[in-house]
Amino acid sequence: MSLRTPLGRVLGLGAARDGVSHWWSQRLTAVALVPLTLWFLVSLARAGSLDFESARVWLTRPLHSVATLLLVIVLCLHSRLGVQVVVEDYVHSPGAKLVTLVLIDFAHFVLGAAGIYAILRVTFGVAA
Amino acid sequence: MYTMVLSISHRITGLVLSIGLIVLIYWLIALADGRGAYSTALESLRSPIMQWLLLGWLFSFFFHLCNGLRHLAWDCGFGFERKQARASGWVVVISALTLTALCAIWIVHLRGATA
Repeated sequence: MSLRTPLGRVLGLGAARDGVSHWWSQRLTAVALVPLTLWFLVSLARAGSLDFESARVWLTRPLHSVATLLLVIVLCLHSRLGVQVVVEDYVHSPGAKLVTLVLIDFAHFVLGAAGIYAILRVTFGVAA
Repeated sequence: MYTMVLSISHRITGLVLSIGLIVLIYWLIALADGRGAYSTALESLRSPIMQWLLLGWLFSFFFHLCNGLRHLAWDCGFGFERKQARASGWVVVISALTLTALCAIWIVHLRGATA
């Protein structure tokens, strides 16, 4: 005999309600990061000395801006999901767990916002 | 036992890479901030300690990438037999070390060519 309600079976969300979407987002961002990270590594290495001018020229090219934006966004999402799981597994006291999870959320939003802002600022040529 | 060590390594390299994310954002912010901030950033990134740390991040990246692909294969239902999991585990370790070495040599070589 199953104790699951018919609605619960149809929705298929499990007891925590958002486990499936967390699991799925983790995989989706992982798959996206394979080409993004490899591109970033190769493209940046080939850009040369990475002094101020050449780094700016590199980042200003449209394809590079867009791909770096995507990289920063997807990295923040993937990192947040990953660190969340680790905290959930290893931080046992409920209070500390909540505080740590909130701090990790904030930290990732700050990093994401800072990265996006920096890329746009360089790309749209605000004089530095 | 061996697969267990690999599993915890995936989490450790993941955490290491999350810290690396801070460095990436710092680099972008410095680039946006201007010449002065950027040269300070480059100077600290080029310090010997940071170069070793960057090598560590490079290895963590390749390990996490290779082992991540292994996890994705498992998610699709491939390679879950104990023998296969052990074999793919070795493939992950060897590929990660090889890719790190090749990439580091390549970057040093490129830097030498442009400097």
